[in-house]
Amino acid sequence: MPNRIVSSIQNIGHRVIESVWRLGVASRFFILVLLKSGTSLRRFNLVIRELYFTGVLSLIIIVVSGLFVGMVLGLQGYETLQKYGSESAVGTLVALSLVRELGPVVAALLFASRAGSAITAEIGLMKATEQLAAMGMMAVDPIARVVAPRFWAGVISMPFLAAIFSVMGVFGGYLVTVVFIGVDEGSFWSQMQSAVDFRFDILNGFIKSCFFGVAVTAIAVFEGYDAPPTAEGVSGATTRTVVTSSLVILGLDFILTAFMFRGVS
Amino acid sequence: MQRTTMDLWVGLFVVTGIIALMILSLKVGNLNVYNPSHSYVITGNFENIGGLKVRAPVKGAGVVVGRVTDIQFSTQTYDAIVTMSLDSRFTFPKDTFASILTSGLLGEQYIGLAAGGDDVMLKDGDKVMKTNSAMVLEELIGRFLFDKAAKDDSL
Repeated sequence: MPNRIVSSIQNIGHRVIESVWRLGVASRFFILVLLKSGTSLRRFNLVIRELYFTGVLSLIIIVVSGLFVGMVLGLQGYETLQKYGSESAVGTLVALSLVRELGPVVAALLFASRAGSAITAEIGLMKATEQLAAMGMMAVDPIARVVAPRFWAGVISMPFLAAIFSVMGVFGGYLVTVVFIGVDEGSFWSQMQSAVDFRFDILNGFIKSCFFGVAVTAIAVFEGYDAPPTAEGVSGATTRTVVTSSLVILGLDFILTAFMFRGVS
Repeated sequence: MQRTTMDLWVGLFVVTGIIALMILSLKVGNLNVYNPSHSYVITGNFENIGGLKVRAPVKGAGVVVGRVTDIQFSTQTYDAIVTMSLDSRFTFPKDTFASILTSGLLGEQYIGLAAGGDDVMLKDGDKVMKTNSAMVLEELIGRFLFDKAAKDDSL
């Protein structure tokens, strides 16, 4: 009996030490990617190729989910606000919640599961089939050639995707409340415009999405590069990418919100 | 350099993203309505600001002419010093009356400016001398009860 207790405590300790170890390796890998990204930024064609896969191909899911999130926000907001006779404030509700929170966060969550998992699987499979080792043999640095372009493509496309998500959401809210339900169009836009501030809301949302872009792609490329070179290892790494980056997005969002909107009405 | 269809799609993607950002700042936000680079700053002392917050609008005849940029408590006069940044297109006379008002029954509080008749205009850094505090519900009820008691006594 005491043997089992000791071994379970040992197990917990082992897991903690292992995760701290991995965090250290991940940080070192992140610095390495930043140091070696000079080549990939000079050969920008590589980044453009990855922008196509991470950015352009994610557009459909971002546009459609943005539209529906905005429509639901408009519908639910209208249902509640009309009880207080202030249904014209629904534009403010939709725009503020999208620009401040839902735009960056939901776009990043979708981006993690759509593009982040693909990046991890691709790099992991390249490692499993020893393509990365072959590149090393030919004196081509795999971090500069494979990892850095994917990283920068994710970082560049994330803010754009979040902005597109917010715009589609506002359009969805407009569609439901103004076109279908019949809220006054003038007060919808004017209340929105007087409530949404460029510096506090739009710029902060943009900064948030930049942070999320760095976090999601850094996790995705690291998990891919660190994956055990087996079929099982690659699938585990892909799962870990989605789980870890979703948790990191939500945690980071809380910290950034606490910094940005503290003391603002 | 060879051009591919992929480049076209990526270009379209970037253009869409930039357009989305511009829509956000121009249509959803109010970047074009109020440009703080052409503005002047005035202050006013209020006995009670109620629920006034930084970034609340400053209105003249209902039109937004500026925003509240800072609220401080003065230990000399024991009242609130409210700093407002006004659009320099709109100048107000020196004896302008500034009062804290509420939009709607439950709406946000804002500063309403009622222009006076002075020939001299307010300049950057000037102070509005005539102010009117926010209505506080408890004070209002208190005054009402006091009035009622006085009326009942006189009967």
